[in-house]
Amino acid sequence: MAAITITNVSKTYPGASAPSITDINLTIADGEFIVLVGPSGCGKSTLLRMVAGLEDITAGEVKIGDRVVNKVDPADRDIAMVFQNYALYPHMSVRENMAYGLKNRKTPKAEIEARVAEAARMLELGPYLDRKPRALSGGQRQRVAMGRAVVRQPAAFLFDEPLSNLDAKLRVSMRGEIRRLQKRLATTSLYVTHDQLEAMTLADRLVVLNAGRIEQVGAPLEIYHRPATTFVASFIGSPAMNLLDAEVDGNRLRIGGHVIETGRAVPAHGAVTLGIRAEDLHISATGLPFKVDFVEELGAQRLVHGSIDGQALVLSLDPKTPLQYEMCLSVISDKLHLFDTISGKRLEQAHTIPTLTPVLA
Amino acid sequence: MMNRIRPLDHLILILGTLFMVMPVVVAMMTSTHTAVEIHTGGLQLLPGNDGYETYHTVLTRQGGFTGQVTGARMVMNSLILGLGFAAGKIVLSMAAAYALVYFRFRFATLMFWVIFTTLLLPLEVRIMPSYQVMSQLGLLNSYTGLILPLLASATGTFYFRQFFKSIPDELLEAARIDGAGPVKFFIDVILPLSKTMMAAIFIIMFVYGWNQYLWPMLMTTDERFFTLMRGIKQILQVWVGSQIPDYNEAFALAVLALLPPVLVVVVFQRWFIKGLTESDK
Amino acid sequence: MTDATQTASGPIRRWIARATARPEPAKRVQFDRPLLPWLFLAPQLAVIFVFFYWPSAQAISSSFYIEDPFGFGATFVGFDNYTDALGSAEYRHIAGFTAMFTVLVTAFSLGIGLLLAVKADQVIRARSTYRTALISVYAIAPPVAGLIGMMLFDQHIGPFVKLAAWFGLDMKVGLNYFDTAFAMILVSVWKQVPYNFIFILSGLQSIPQSVREAALIDCKNGARRFFTAILPLLAPTAFFLLIINITYALFDTFAVIDVMVKDKAANNPITLVYKVYLDGFRGNDIGGSSAQSVILMLVVLVLTLVQFRWLERRVHYG
Repeated sequence: MAAITITNVSKTYPGASAPSITDINLTIADGEFIVLVGPSGCGKSTLLRMVAGLEDITAGEVKIGDRVVNKVDPADRDIAMVFQNYALYPHMSVRENMAYGLKNRKTPKAEIEARVAEAARMLELGPYLDRKPRALSGGQRQRVAMGRAVVRQPAAFLFDEPLSNLDAKLRVSMRGEIRRLQKRLATTSLYVTHDQLEAMTLADRLVVLNAGRIEQVGAPLEIYHRPATTFVASFIGSPAMNLLDAEVDGNRLRIGGHVIETGRAVPAHGAVTLGIRAEDLHISATGLPFKVDFVEELGAQRLVHGSIDGQALVLSLDPKTPLQYEMCLSVISDKLHLFDTISGKRLEQAHTIPTLTPVLA
Repeated sequence: MMNRIRPLDHLILILGTLFMVMPVVVAMMTSTHTAVEIHTGGLQLLPGNDGYETYHTVLTRQGGFTGQVTGARMVMNSLILGLGFAAGKIVLSMAAAYALVYFRFRFATLMFWVIFTTLLLPLEVRIMPSYQVMSQLGLLNSYTGLILPLLASATGTFYFRQFFKSIPDELLEAARIDGAGPVKFFIDVILPLSKTMMAAIFIIMFVYGWNQYLWPMLMTTDERFFTLMRGIKQILQVWVGSQIPDYNEAFALAVLALLPPVLVVVVFQRWFIKGLTESDK
Repeated sequence: MTDATQTASGPIRRWIARATARPEPAKRVQFDRPLLPWLFLAPQLAVIFVFFYWPSAQAISSSFYIEDPFGFGATFVGFDNYTDALGSAEYRHIAGFTAMFTVLVTAFSLGIGLLLAVKADQVIRARSTYRTALISVYAIAPPVAGLIGMMLFDQHIGPFVKLAAWFGLDMKVGLNYFDTAFAMILVSVWKQVPYNFIFILSGLQSIPQSVREAALIDCKNGARRFFTAILPLLAPTAFFLLIINITYALFDTFAVIDVMVKDKAANNPITLVYKVYLDGFRGNDIGGSSAQSVILMLVVLVLTLVQFRWLERRVHYG
């Protein structure tokens, strides 16, 4: 078991004009579960594969434990990897699949057997040990892929979108299983996904990537409640955070023809991007005039899509709340997120005044 | 979709199939009659009584100018050519395709073009100089000389390259993390995965080798190296001018020459079609 | 004027650029060993150099020489061999026959193959029986096909000759130019139909059921449905087969021709490849034969480049 340290790592593919990964710094503590999340093409898989040794590192340094592994063969990095398509050897039985890596390392036979048996017990694969992968269901194959990683007892697990090929229900249960397994083995893990829900539920810490750069690193709730950029705000959380064009004027925010009191000084002036989570908006007697477009029923809650002065907005309501075509909305002032319009960066603000702000029309 | 019986479609198919298969059936049936019967009665649609004798003669009679070649000998030579060619093709092309797909090395692109340029020119258009090269190397009238020049084409390499490219990338990545080097990966993963592909290519190449005509004809002046195809040319040259040509023997030789590839292809039909149609992508 | 040269060189430049461009690596991850790939490549490269590049180079070089028939050296004659070949009426006559032969063989074997494949695709029962029957003909060697053909056109026992006689025609294959040509084309088509059948049937069966069902809903007329919705999807297969059939007619029919003509080209139709063989091995005109080889090489080159372009497309989008 070991920590992983990524220092100033960049990656430029041969012939490409721009780097795919730019100057990444990240320290993963021993036993920590880190999830790399971002849209497709953001470089998350590339970063993972550089840690695995499957991609060359153009600049910077990757350390596993105390050892710089930039030039170390993947087999010698003491890592195990779980692939999206499982990458099981189709001609080998489940047992042989799990044992292959150990055999290549000249592990004694008895020890291989013991480890395979232990992994099979842990992953409930016992009855399938002599089957070929094609005779297994998707979930079982996924388990074999995990078993292959587990038997190696590596310093770190690397997961490359391991649940993407499963159906929604199985994905949820496998998610739980991965989490349980990781807690139990306490093996440092680096996990790549494009699914923000998976990221939130699995991670000790989340790393949000966009266009080859880190947007934000933090615990899931920290990222949810204090997104560092508009990108993170719109990527993490479902429905996505509402982002509106607004204008700061001292302690007031102007949205279209309407004004909200922020109740505190805002370190900005002029145009900003205002972020509000759907669940932070409430119906009130007075406030921002909201026109309903359509409603999505989710059972426990109801998503109401509409607009304020032509700017699209979603709010999440209790299904029991009566609806009208036109309503007024209010929001607690410390639930307002302000971002720089141009850079998209969060404008720092204090979290002190939890009062309901009256909205002046 | 709807499963109507379509009489017209079947009629066309049956007529077409008959047109295609009849000559083969006629050849087989006629070969079991005597030459005189054939000469007077024409081609035969039913089996006769003299099959054993005719085939026995064709297989064992010492023929040719030197009396050193029998039908059995020609069958053996054709087998050696077919099997040797198929085996050689698989070994050479698998190894080369593995290098091209799974290695990063200098001049890889150049090597790709060097190998695949051979797809451009069939042996027929460079037959004369090939013959000269073989005679300079002293390889005329030898099995090596029969087989090797036919191997100088990239069809097999092309098939295997396409196949290797279709193997998921992650398999190699998983194997590398599992500590397999290039040789180990080849033996432990690529070889077992390629079994069906190898079988399919083996069948295609066996038929191709067995059916070779021009090259064996030029290469072999020594009758001990004659293949069945060469024998066919021989028998046709001999019968011009005879009173009653040995129709039965000619047909028997034709049947001997067509039966092995036809059987192989029919028995291994699934592999054959798969190899033929899927690797041509 | 500059415009014209630019448009002319545009495609060529693009071609060169593509030919020399670094191809996408076949795999994301590859082994990085200096020696091992060469060990894997060595046997193939050795065979190719000795039996492909060396003879091909010799063909090109000897096409510029006239070799002394008694083996006493050779004289450089430049393009004489080429102009001799292209200038001779005989060569042009043979080229003309080759072109006609190629067109007829390709058209008939593709047409019959298509007809049978489409019918076999429509019936469910006995489909595999038809396929097995046809595939067995594919495996027959061209010289064997030629021999069987000779029997069918034999003066004494050939049913075709008898049939012709019934119509009052005197058919003499091997002696009469047109009779021999007819037999050659018939046998060559017979031998090639199964190949086309296998490919077209497999192409038809790879058309997704959903597309057929969509066409069934959109178009009531069966024939129209076939020509507008099914046939276009076969276009890649058809194009591939077109090239293969042309190559077949040009080269692989050698054995059929040889068996029927039996080295006596005098009154019989022959193709260009057969002439290369006759001049080189029977006529001992090595320079002339080599020049003809090179001309054929150029024909194949063009055909194969067309095919490669198509292969590339299919590999990328297929």
